[in-house]
Amino acid sequence: MNTHYETVIIFSPLLSDDEVKREVSKYTRMVTDGGAAILEERQWGLRQLAFLIEGKSNGIYFIMEFSGPGTLHQKLEVEFKRDENIMRWLTVKLDKDAIEYNDRRRKGLVGKKKDAAEEVKPNIASPVANLQPTA
Amino acid sequence: MATRNPKDIKYLTSQKMVKRPKKFCRFKKYNIRYIDYKETEFLLNFINEQGKILPRRLSGNSLKYQRKVGQAIKRARHLALLPYVTDLLK
Repeated sequence: MNTHYETVIIFSPLLSDDEVKREVSKYTRMVTDGGAAILEERQWGLRQLAFLIEGKSNGIYFIMEFSGPGTLHQKLEVEFKRDENIMRWLTVKLDKDAIEYNDRRRKGLVGKKKDAAEEVKPNIASPVANLQPTA
Repeated sequence: MATRNPKDIKYLTSQKMVKRPKKFCRFKKYNIRYIDYKETEFLLNFINEQGKILPRRLSGNSLKYQRKVGQAIKRARHLALLPYVTDLLK
């Protein structure tokens, strides 16, 4: 039985793009080698922090969602602690609502109420348009 | 002589006529079951200018979702998406 997890890592802003890529590939490989399947990877890139961490006001955010065995996150945590390029991380176990939410977000259904309203409008307008020729 | 109609004056001070709309739990009403800790703009609805979590008394959340909101805000704080303490957040 695999469990869904979501990990957010904040890398030091001093890393170059190549170094970030190397770090990311290192951890994604570690996850896949640990018998887990990566469902999604997202790079938020350089972002302003809400407060200083290790004297730095920026951080490079990386998010990955994976489903795998429950022992994997302990191995990851050891690596995160050893890694000096990582300022902070958070691994969260996802419940069924969270999984559903993430699926919907991937399909672009979350936070797009404006688009939904635009889709509704033509449906309302179309009966009027249909009526006009008859009238 | 003007007779006083007993219906005219009932109270010495005027009664409050404006009824506040009843608070409700938005998560229950709109069927939101998961609160994403990465959505800081949404979580800003539940913290005050100092970054403190608003009580249920003010936000109207049900207990179940107030716990989830608190959990999400604390996760966001850990990841420096929201501040632990500030002034003039909004």
